[in-house]
Amino acid sequence: MTNKEPIGRFRFMNEQRVNLDGFATPAPELGLVAFNGLNDPKPSLIIRDNRIIEMDGRAESEFDSIDEFIARHGLDLGVAQEAMAIADIDFARRLVDPNHSRADIVRLSSGMTPAKLAAVLSLLSAAELVIAMAKMRARRTPSNQAHVTNRSDDPLLLAADAATAAAFGFRELETTVPVAADAPSNAVAVSIGAAVGSPGVLVQCSVEESAELALGMRGLVSYAETVSLYGTEQIFIDGDDTPWSKAFLTSAYASRGIKMRVTSGGGSEALMGGAEMCSMFYLEARCVALARAIGAQGVQNGGIDSAAVAGAVPGGVRSLMAENVMVMMRNLEACTGNDALMSESDVRRTSRTHPIFIGGSDFINSGFGSIQRYDNMFGPSQWNSEDIDDFLAMQRDWGVDGGLRTADEVEVERLRRRATEAVTAVYSWLGLGDFSQEWAEEAIDAAGSKDISSGDLMLPLTAARTIMETNVTMLDVIAALAENGFDLEAQRCLDMLKARVAGDYLQTSAIFDEQMNVLSLVTDPNEYSGPGTGYQPSSARQTEIDTIRQQRSVSDLRTEQQSFANKNIFASGAAETSYDPRDVVIGVSPATGKDIWVTLSGLSLADAISEVLAGLEEEGCTGRIVRINDSLDLGMIGLTAARLSGSGVSVGLQAKGTALIHRRDLAPLANLELYSVAPTITRELYRMMGINAGRHAKGATPEPVRNPYSDEAIEARYHTKVVSLVAIERECVNSNGPEVMELR
Amino acid sequence: MREQKGFSGKNVSEVTVESIRRGDITLDDVRIHPETLAKQAQVARDNGNPQLAENFLRAAELTSLSDELVMGYYDALRPGRSTPTQLLEIADDLSKHGAEKNAELFRQAADVYARRGLAAK
Repeated sequence: MTNKEPIGRFRFMNEQRVNLDGFATPAPELGLVAFNGLNDPKPSLIIRDNRIIEMDGRAESEFDSIDEFIARHGLDLGVAQEAMAIADIDFARRLVDPNHSRADIVRLSSGMTPAKLAAVLSLLSAAELVIAMAKMRARRTPSNQAHVTNRSDDPLLLAADAATAAAFGFRELETTVPVAADAPSNAVAVSIGAAVGSPGVLVQCSVEESAELALGMRGLVSYAETVSLYGTEQIFIDGDDTPWSKAFLTSAYASRGIKMRVTSGGGSEALMGGAEMCSMFYLEARCVALARAIGAQGVQNGGIDSAAVAGAVPGGVRSLMAENVMVMMRNLEACTGNDALMSESDVRRTSRTHPIFIGGSDFINSGFGSIQRYDNMFGPSQWNSEDIDDFLAMQRDWGVDGGLRTADEVEVERLRRRATEAVTAVYSWLGLGDFSQEWAEEAIDAAGSKDISSGDLMLPLTAARTIMETNVTMLDVIAALAENGFDLEAQRCLDMLKARVAGDYLQTSAIFDEQMNVLSLVTDPNEYSGPGTGYQPSSARQTEIDTIRQQRSVSDLRTEQQSFANKNIFASGAAETSYDPRDVVIGVSPATGKDIWVTLSGLSLADAISEVLAGLEEEGCTGRIVRINDSLDLGMIGLTAARLSGSGVSVGLQAKGTALIHRRDLAPLANLELYSVAPTITRELYRMMGINAGRHAKGATPEPVRNPYSDEAIEARYHTKVVSLVAIERECVNSNGPEVMELR
Repeated sequence: MREQKGFSGKNVSEVTVESIRRGDITLDDVRIHPETLAKQAQVARDNGNPQLAENFLRAAELTSLSDELVMGYYDALRPGRSTPTQLLEIADDLSKHGAEKNAELFRQAADVYARRGLAAK
C-alpha cells in the first residue's frame, strides 16, 4: 500500500460532513447488525396448561429474567396460538392493507412473541413502514416533544425557553441537568415556563430513576420517561434494575397519577458490550414486549442515545423506524426517537426523520432540541432550535402536521418576559433565590445561555437544595404564583395537578390540547384505513401549518415597493424616433416610475438607469429613457426601444432588474447581451452594460460580460418575488405609446 | 371534567387556587384515588391492553403506601439489594396491606432472582 494522496475528486468528497460519521462493517458477533443476528431465535411458542413452557426457542427452565417476565405477563395466551400460526409475510401484508383494521392487528400482535414481531417487521420496506406507521399509531392527532435545557441550569432561561417551546406547539417538555443536584430547580422553572406558554403542556425532568419519581410525587413534574429497558439481562442489570423493579416503578408512577413511558432503543446493548450476538432489532423486540408486559402505556425508542450505532450499520435507520412501528403494534404510545443527533450531515439526519414525519407518530421527536445545540444537556438533538423554521417549512411543503406551529415574535417576547417575571416572583417568595433585572433582560433576549453574562451560577443549586430541604411542592409553587399576581399560571399548574386525580391522562398516548381535553388512544383513536380516513388537520390547524411567518403576498410586495416611491423618475411626453447615430434608447418596463422602484438586487431603478446612462456617456453616446407601456416582455421592450433608437441599439430594462442589449434588426426574443439573473446585477454591471451598448451603437468591439455566478439557491430566494413583480408589471401594461422619462 | 375525589376523599372541585393559597390543600387532595385507578384499569382493558390494566390495579394498591415506603420497596427490588427471604418478607407486608398483586410480584421476583443470581448474596 502506498500513502499516495487521494485524487482531487476524492479529497473533495472526503471533506464533506457526512464523512465525519462512523460507518461500521457489520459485526454480528458484537451485535453490530440491524437485523438477523447470529443468535436471533426463530419465533416459537409452546403453551401447556395455560402456561408458556417455551418461547422463541428457549425452554422455560432457561428463561432469563426478561423472558420470564414477558412469558408470565406480556402475552395474551387467548390469541397466541392463532397469532403465531399466521405466516410472517401474511401478517406483514396486513400492516399495509386498509382492509385489515388496526384493532385486529393489535389484537393478534398481543399474542406474538418478540422474535415473531421482529420477523414480521423485518419484511417491511421503508415505504411500507410509512403506511404502517400512519395506520398503527395509537393517537389520531400527531404531536411533538421538546428538550428544554441549558448549560448553567439558568432558571430564567429555562422558563423563557419552556414558554417559547409551548408557543411553538410542543405538548411535552423534557428537561435535564448538567449538575444532578439542580434537578428540582429545573423542574420548577420549566413547569412555570410551560404554564406561561400554554395550558396542558406536560413536563418531565430526566434524572436517575428514584430522583425522578420523587420529583413526580411532589407534583413538580407531570410525566416521566427516563425509565430505561434493555434487551439482554446483563445490560439490564448494569442499568441497576430488573424487569420486576421496573414493573414496580411503573405502578409507583401510576399510583400517584403520573403519566410515564419507558425508554429503550436498538444499539444500546451493542454499545454497552452486551448484545449476546443478537441483532439490534431483535433485542429491541424484547424491550418492546417487556414494556407491554410491565404495563407501561408507552415507549420512547428508535435508537435514542444509541441511534448513531444503528445508523452505522446497513439498514440501521430502517430498523429504528421499525422499532417505532413495533411499539404501535403492541398498542402502546410511540415516542419515536429522532432525539440524539445521529449524523453530522444535514442530509442524513433529515433522511432519518423524514419517513416518520410523513407517517406521523404520537411524538415525532422524543426530544426536539427547542434550544440551541450547545445548550442541549442531553447532547445535541437530531433537530434543534437552528431547525425550527426548517421543520415548519417541511410541514407546510407536505401539508403534514408535525405538531409545531409558527410563533409570533411579539408574542414570544411577551411570554419570555412573563416567564422570567413569574420565576423571579416564585423563587423570591419561596426563598429560593433572587434574580437581578439585568439577568432577566438578558434571559428574555437570549438565543442561548452564551448570551447571558450576569447570571449567578450558584443560584440553581441553592434553589434546588432549598426545594428539597423545605419540602416545596407544586402546591407551594401555585400559591406563590397566585400571591404574586400570576393567577392564570397558577390555574394552569393546578389543572395539571387535578389531571392526576382524574387519571385520564394515564391512558395510552395521552396529551392535553389547549382546552385541557385529553387526546389519547381512548378519546382520540387513530382509525386510519386508507386514503380519506384517519387524521386530517382541522381547517384552523391547516391554516397554522400553511401560514409561516416568512410568506409574502403580492400586496406585501406592492407595499414594500411603495415605501420606496419617489418623484425622481417620471414621464414627460410621447417618445419620438431619433435619427441621431449616437442615440441609444433605454427601454424601461410599464411599472417603472409607477409601482416598482427597486430591483431584485436591492438597487433603486433610478440608480440602475443612471449607471447605464453613465456607461453610454463614457462611450460618447446619448442615452434616452423611454417607457414601453404595451408589453412587459423584455425582448419586446428592447426591440421597441431599438426601433426608436437613432443608433438602432437599445438597452431593455425590466423594473425587477433584468436587462438586455437589443438591436432593431433582431427577432424579438433575440438579443446582443442578456443579464438574466436580476438579483445579482450590481451597479458596476449596469454601467458595463451601458458601455457595451455604446460600443454596439458605434460598431466597436464590446468587452464580453458574464452573468455573475452564484452557487446559492437564487431562484428559491427570488422566484416568489418575481411572480409578484411580474403581476404588478402586468397591471401597469396599457395601450399608450412609448413615453419619454426624465430622471432627476 | 367530571366530579372526582382525590385520595383524601376531598372532591377535586374544592381544590382551587384560592383554597391552596389559604393552605387548605395537601398533596393527598390532588392524588389519585384507588377507585379511580380501578376505573381506569377497566378502560385500559376495554381498549385492548390488559397489562396496562394490571399496572393500574397494582398502582391502586400502592396508593395507600407512603412515598417513602413505595420508594423503599422499589429499591428493594433493584438487583443485588435483597435476599429472596427479604423479598418474601416484603411480599407478606404487602399482603397485610391488601396489596396482593404487588405481593405476588415480589414473590415471583424472589423466585426468579434466586434462579438468575439477581438477589443479594
